[in-house]
Parts: sequence; structure tokens; C-alpha cells
Amino acid sequence: MFVCRMKENGRKLCFVRASNMSVVKQALTIAKPLPEKGEEVYIVVKSGIVLHMAQTERRDAPELPDFSLLKRIARDQLIFLLEQLPGRKDLFIDADLMSPLDRIANVTILKQHEVDKLYKVELKPIVSISDQLCFLIRPRIQTVKWISDLVNSDKAAGRFRKYKIIFTPQKFYACETVLEEQGVYGYITTDEWNFYILPLDDDILSLELPEFFRDNFLEGDQRWVSTGGGALHLLQSVYGSFSKVYGIGRCAKMVYETWREQMEDGDLRTKQPEFAKVFLIDRDVDFITPLCSQVVYEGLVDDIFRIKCGSVEFGPDVTSSDKSIKVMLNSQDKVFNEIRNEHFSNVFGFLSQKAKNLQTAYDKRRGMDIQQMKAFVADELKGLKQEHRLLSLHIGACESMMKKKTKQDFQELLKTEHSLLEGFEIRECITCIEEHINRQVSMIESLRLLCLLSLTENGLLSKDYRSLKAQYLQSYGIDHLLTFANLRQLGVLVEQQPGETLTVMESKVGKLVNDKTVGKLTDAFSSLAKKSNFRALSKRLALVPKSGDEYDLRVPRDMAYIFSGAYIPLSCKLIEQVLERDGWTGLEEVTRMLNGHEFAVTAGGNSSEARTKTDAQRIILVMFLGGCTYSEISALRFLGKERGCRFIVLTTAITSSARLLEALLDNHA
Amino acid sequence: MTRAKPEDDEYWNRSKLKAFTFDDEDDEFSRLKESKRTVNSLVMDDDDEEDDFEKVSWSGEPVGSISWSVKETASSNRSGSEQGFPKIDTTSSLSKQGSGYSLSSLFRAKSKSGGFPSFSESFSETSIRTYAPELRKPKSDRKNFVSDLSPEETVRRMQKGRAYSLEKFRSLQDKLLLLDEAVALYDGNVIAAVLIYLKTSLNKEILFRELMSRDVALRHYVHYLKEMGEQKLLVELLKALGRTEDMALMQYKEHLGIKDEGRRRDFLKSCLSLPFSQDDATHVQDHYELLERQIIIEASDKKADGEIFKKFPRKASILNMPIITTLYYSCFYHYGESEGTYSSPANIRKTFRISEKQYILTALGARAKLKLWFDVDSLFNTKNWLGYTKKKSPIGFHKVVDILHKNNAPISVPQFLY
Repeated sequence: MFVCRMKENGRKLCFVRASNMSVVKQALTIAKPLPEKGEEVYIVVKSGIVLHMAQTERRDAPELPDFSLLKRIARDQLIFLLEQLPGRKDLFIDADLMSPLDRIANVTILKQHEVDKLYKVELKPIVSISDQLCFLIRPRIQTVKWISDLVNSDKAAGRFRKYKIIFTPQKFYACETVLEEQGVYGYITTDEWNFYILPLDDDILSLELPEFFRDNFLEGDQRWVSTGGGALHLLQSVYGSFSKVYGIGRCAKMVYETWREQMEDGDLRTKQPEFAKVFLIDRDVDFITPLCSQVVYEGLVDDIFRIKCGSVEFGPDVTSSDKSIKVMLNSQDKVFNEIRNEHFSNVFGFLSQKAKNLQTAYDKRRGMDIQQMKAFVADELKGLKQEHRLLSLHIGACESMMKKKTKQDFQELLKTEHSLLEGFEIRECITCIEEHINRQVSMIESLRLLCLLSLTENGLLSKDYRSLKAQYLQSYGIDHLLTFANLRQLGVLVEQQPGETLTVMESKVGKLVNDKTVGKLTDAFSSLAKKSNFRALSKRLALVPKSGDEYDLRVPRDMAYIFSGAYIPLSCKLIEQVLERDGWTGLEEVTRMLNGHEFAVTAGGNSSEARTKTDAQRIILVMFLGGCTYSEISALRFLGKERGCRFIVLTTAITSSARLLEALLDNHA
Repeated sequence: MTRAKPEDDEYWNRSKLKAFTFDDEDDEFSRLKESKRTVNSLVMDDDDEEDDFEKVSWSGEPVGSISWSVKETASSNRSGSEQGFPKIDTTSSLSKQGSGYSLSSLFRAKSKSGGFPSFSESFSETSIRTYAPELRKPKSDRKNFVSDLSPEETVRRMQKGRAYSLEKFRSLQDKLLLLDEAVALYDGNVIAAVLIYLKTSLNKEILFRELMSRDVALRHYVHYLKEMGEQKLLVELLKALGRTEDMALMQYKEHLGIKDEGRRRDFLKSCLSLPFSQDDATHVQDHYELLERQIIIEASDKKADGEIFKKFPRKASILNMPIITTLYYSCFYHYGESEGTYSSPANIRKTFRISEKQYILTALGARAKLKLWFDVDSLFNTKNWLGYTKKKSPIGFHKVVDILHKNNAPISVPQFLY
């Protein structure tokens, strides 16, 4: 074993050369001075593979709070609610609540509480013969209408049953009004299950509310604002209060306000806090990042196989058998945990090294006597087998992803995407997108590139907008007129408006005058107001590294590695900058370009100095309103390692380019 | 692979859960208690309460037993809110959107900064939670209590799911104050509730007029009407607001719900007169013509027995397919028909203004799929004015090769390209 230490640009580097990984790990645990605090460790294994070990071996990373408690709380409350309807009952569950429910309870638990049969809510006539029906649903008008019809048809048939609706995470007045209007109010009891947060992993918490995005940002409906505040309030009640809150975005501000009010209302206990800082960010502050192709392993798996509630289903092409396997993807999976944040190009090398190690471990059996063999079987074999299984799954997944990515001229799209981010050869990009549309390749991919084009270029030239839109409608259906209207409303795919001077006029004319032409003008300006200013932002924050620079993806130097070194995610860069400056000072120009709504507040009170030195000071909660991607989570994990802190992501849902765009499609009834 | 954590199993096997019943069936009261219980069970203090918590939740004492819940209620009384977060200055940027024009902001400012506590504030949170006094009061009493509340207090009670009454907000001014207060709370749920009340108690023209200057409330109202499926009212609203293009799109959207293609076509025809933007009007016109044409093609091809249909039976109907798919279909089954027929590629190309590039790409795909290499070859022929033929392609030749390759073209075919 050979160790070499050096300093470079203030970074302490340590290179370890070893014959294989297990030797190194042993060495790292035995030899105490290795690694030193704050040191980045690179391990060079014989085969030439460099492993970046700073993450796992760094000893000063703070411990994360135990979020499994949140699951227990939710489960207890659900059981309590089920008991409110004593006796045997059938339970109808909203389709999108099934996976979250699976994570906190199971059928046995439900059966123990006299749930007879389980059904999925399908908005169709039901077959249940039970005398008691319980509905576990999201507060949606459509579902409540369906339940009302059900009750009314039972009444008409002279059938007597007891009904109970459990709304989660809360009930809405609009839903109760439906019950009233349909004449079933009073026949149905309603309740709330405040299941705000589902922990998906050690550092990922989700509200599992994908509709938050469309409701809030497209429809302008603030129904989930207080839910966001409620989630923060819950965290605070369980894990202690925060010392500082930063945020940017309209929704972020409102969520903060509702949270603050709940804080004032509720009884807060004094408790050693487990977080230091909170950062709230609206999804519409940065649409570019979620629209980029994900190339970090976890993000790529999500883009291709769709991770649902922390679990993924690998089909026969991955498992190389005739059945699909569902796998939980989280830090419990040792193999996955080591590759999840790696750039895809590194993963193969890592997995093959891992496979070799596994072989070596298996090979130990040779030449063992009976006693040794016994010990081997008892102590190691199970672990090895488990590792073996996981390894073969991830290798299978990699292969399958490679196949898919080469089939879809992935490289060409990636090149286009990078050119757009760089602002380079835009004409060629447009031609490429056009061809993609003409060939009727993936409808979502085409839309994704169109949006990236508009966001990076501050809108499309009129001529281009018209022609691309027409071609899009020809290729994917004229119904998408409605999709285009949505994208325009949101400001992600817009036509450039000539002349900025009109803005002044518009503000003079104001909203008070109701005239058709003014209406049109206002339309034009609302899209102007949302313009993304990406080029200027990118320059100001150095989001796009200079091209020509070699970027070694095996040794990431900044968060850009999650996009092959082409782009540092704006959302994460903002978080980094604000934490570094402890506020928004010096970022005035940036926030102006992001349409403002930034804030930073410090908790009042006197206890702040008491907890300056605790681990908690280095745990930062980032709340994404409208969803965040796995790539952003990887970037934050990287940032955490760099800065010796840990990030916990609280998101309304995990999103991706496809999910984000699908939420905006309107080509179906 | 769902791995239940061992300690969870252990807990669930050990706990003997009993139903939790109150003497009082009052729903609100039980909810109050239950939320209390949840909140309390969240906190693990460093004092002796921790023992209670452990005992209650994880080691045997039945969760939800009366004695346990009573103890919880008692111990929750002392509350130590030792620090608060400041309010961020949102008046300038946020409220502008919704209630910038409203009078209510004046009232709000007064009740907050002026030192005298309002009626509801004197009923502090803790006392209500613990003793729930309003539930003990006779019904009539309670009603008086809630109907005396100011707009601000009313929307706050609504937000917290407490009893409230909107009956006393009868003058237009009061109603609007109520709406502005709801908007100032940022709570979409409460905004919707107030809007539902205004919808039933105000003439729609007046409601529309007032919403015009209240953007946040307006967007909630539009969304509510969308979700309720109140299309007619929605169209009226958009019309009143002068948002004619939105209105046109909204009406156009209805076609998605029409399953029968004949009725769908007729509906699209009726959409032609809607005030779309110029571009969109063209697209809607296309949509109508496309469906009309598809219905004709479908009717005749369904019973077609030409050689091509026998050799390559249709896998699906052409109805409601995009223009390019229709073109591909026509290049596949109706290639070489004269331009006069509805189903000919030339006619489709002309009617829907399909670019040369797009046309060649699609025709190439279809003819290559049929392995009719002669057709493929002639697609790239152009005659110059002397009558010589030349090879020309508006699309990159590497794309052409790619398409040919995918259709297993013989080596000789792509040769002409070089």
C-alpha cells in the first residue's frame, strides 16, 4: 500500500494505491491517521480505477435525524382513524396513495384493524358487499363526486351502509361542498389523516403530492400552500426548531408565512434542534435543471425505469429472467448506495471492480478446512449472496440503459442540450429538434428540447415558434394546442415579444381597463415578465464551465459533474451561494433576474448561541416546492461532502423532465 | 422486495390495540383530541415524559386507551414557545397580486399593530384546545359567538377547521373584505370556500366584475369551475373578462370528451367560429378537416380488400391519429393515387401544408417499410429544366441511411447516395 498526500488550491488530497478495495477499507479503519479530517481521499486500485472516497470516509459528516419516526406517527394516526369505524369494513384507496401507504403499513396491519377487502379507487361502480365502506383518498372533487353517486345509488336501492371518507393530507371545503350539494352530507363521516411526509430515504422526504406543481404554478391555486407549512411544522415539532430560514419564490414565501403562523399558534417545546437551516425554493425559479437529461446513475434509472416512491420495477430485460423484480432503491442497498451519485460513465468500471472483489471473496472458499468453511457460511456467505444479487441487478440495469440510450440517438440529443446551455450553434440545435419532431420520435423529448430552447434563449423568435409549433402539432396531434397554451402560461415555451418599451405602457394602462387589446397586451407582458434571463444568470453565477476544459468525471470538481460537466444546476448553485453568504447580500442582480421574492430570516429568541457548536448546525433542510430531481439531490449530496455538511431534501414530489411535462399536457380528456 | 424493518414488526406484534371511544360522539371534539394526541406524541422531551411516551407507544400500554389520552391532554398544557420567527415583509410583493386594490389591508394592519387584542385572540389557542369551551356551550350561544367575528377572524377559523359562519357577510363590501382576507392568508382552501359562498350569494355579473381586479381569487375561481366541470359558467366568465382566446381554447377542449367520431367532427366544425388567435384558428381548421378525412378513409378502408390490405392487414384505425401518421398511412396504403382523392399522399401533403422535408421523410419511411426500393429511389429524383434527373435530398443523407438500415435495405439501395 502506498499513500501520498498533497495540497492543491486549498484542498487536502490523499491518494492511496492498493491492490484491491477490501485491503484499502481495512487499512482505513485500522490506520487512524488516514484519512485526515477534511481530506479528500482518492484510492487508486491496481486496475487503474480511481474511487473518490471522500464521501464515505469523511468522519466529520453529521449524523442525520431518524426519520422513521414520521412513519410511525402516520401509521398510528391511520390506525386510530380506522378504529373510528369499528367493525369489519372494506377500504377503498386512491391509486396514488397505494405506494405511500405500502411504505408505512402493510396488509396485515390493515387486517388487524378489521379491514376486510382492499380496493383501488377507479371511479367505477363497486362490487363490495360490506356494510361499511371506508375511503382513503386525496381531497379531489372527482373522487368525492364518485363517492356521492355511490351513496345515492345505494340509497335508491334501499341499501343501508356506513360510509367514511379519510382525506389525506387534509380535507378541502370544495370537497365537502360536493357532499352537501349531492345530498349525502351527514350520511358520510369525514376525517383527516395528516400524513404530510413520507421519508423515502435517509435524506429524502416527500409530500408525495405531484399535483402540487400543476395546481400551484399553472392553475395558480394555493390549496397546497398550507400543506407545505404543515409539513415544516411537523418536522419542527418532532425534530426541533431551525435557526435560520432562506427562500426564493412566491410560493416559498407563502409557505413560510403559513408555517410561521402555525408556529405561533401551536405549542412548541424546547428541544435540541436537529436542523440548522432551511432553504425554500420554488420550482419555477429554475425550470432548466429538471428539463436536462439525467446522467447520474439514480437520475438515469428514474428517467428510464421511473422510480416510484423509492422503488423501481426492473423488467425481464434487466433481470434476464422472465419476471420483473421490484427493488427498493435507497441507502440500505449497499451496491446502489455507492453508485447512485456517480456519473453513468463511472458506474460500469465500479461495478466490474465490485464483481471482481466478489469473485475473490467467493474464491476464499478454496482450500478451507471444515471449520473455516462453517464460519464462512455462517458469517460471510449471506452477505456475499445478497451483494451478488444486487450487483447482478444493477449490472443488468446498466446494460439495459445503455441499449436504450444508444437506440434513441441519445448522444445527439445530449449534444444539442449542451449547445443550448452554452448558447452555441442555436440554428443547428433548432434543425436537430425539428428533425426529431418530423420523425415523430418521443413526444415528450421533443417538448423537453423545445422548452429548453425557449428557456435558454428567452423565448423563441416568432417565425421559429410558429413553424416549430405547427410541425409539433402535425407530428403529435393538434390537441396539443392546449399543451402549448399551458406551456406559454407557465412561461416555459414562449414567443419573443418585440419591443420592451411597451411594458411601461402596460403598467400605465393597468389592469383596471378592460379592453380586448389591453388584454392581449397584458398577455404578452405576463410572458415577458416571466422571461428566464438564463444567459445572464449563467454568466453571473458561472453555471456553464468554459468549453474546451477537460472535465474528469471520475474526480468531480463541482456540481456540474451531474450534467457531465456541462452545467451547474441553477437551483443548487443558488443554495450554495446563499449558504456561503448567509443570505442574499451580493446576489441582488441574480434575484432581480429571478423575479425576486427572496428572503432570509433569523429566529428570534436567545437560544441561538447555545447550539452553535452542535452537529445540527451542519444539517440543512432544502424544501423544493413543485418537485426536485434525483440529479439535484446528487448535486446537493456532493455539495454537502465538499462543505462538510448534510442536506436533507424535502420535496412535494420527486420529479423529472417527463413528469414535469406530462403534468402540463392537456391532450386527453 | 419490501423489507419490513424488524423493530416495526416487533412493535406490531406486541401492541394490543383497542378501539378508542368517547362518550361524546361529537366529531369535532374527537378530532380535536386526536390532533392533540398526534402532536403530543411527536415530542420527546428530556424530562420524565419520555418514559410515558416509551411506555405508551412501544411497550404494551394500549395506544388510545382512555387513561392514556387523558394523561396526554393534561400534560400538554404547559407549552414553551420560546422563540419565534419574524414575519417577512411580503406586503410589497405578495399581496399586490391579490388584494392590492382592497380596503381590507387597512383593516388588517390596524388589528395587528393596534395593541388591543380581538375577541378571538383572547381565546388563546391552548385554552380552546384543552377545554374546547365552545363545545360545552349550548348551540345557540356558539352561533352568536361565531357570527360576531370579523372577516379576518372568520377566515382564520376556517383555516383551522373550526366552526364559523358566513351568514352575516351580506353587504357586497363585507363579502369582498372576506375574500381579500382569505387571499391574505395564502390558503387556497379558504379562498375556494369563500368563493363558493360568493358564488351562491352574488349575481354572477357582479362576482365576475369584482374578480377582475383580484387575480389570485380569479385563478382559484377558474380552477374551481374547471374541477367542478362547470364549463358554461367558465366560458361566461372568460368572456366577461375579455379573455376570448382562453375561452376559445376552453371550448375546443371539450372535444376530448366526445367519443363518437361523427359527433366529434361536428363539434370541431362548430369550433371554427370561435375567436382563436390567427395561428390557432388555422390549426383548429386543420383538425376539423383531418378528422373529416379520416372518417371517410376509415369507412372505405375498413372493408377494403386490395392486395396491400391483405398483405399488410391494418393494425389499428386511422381515426384521431396525427397528420403525419395519416400521411404515413396514406403513403403506405394509398401511394400513387391521383391527387384528386382524399386519401392520396399528394392531397394530404397539399391540404395540410406539409414541408418537402417532412414529406420525404415520411414517404421514405413508409416505402422502405414495404421494401419498395424503387419508390425510395425515385423520391430523391428531381428533374432539372433540361429534363435530366438528379439526386437531391432535403434531409441529411445519414438520416436516410439510418432509415434504410432500420428497414434492412439491401446494400445496393443506399449506393446511389454516394
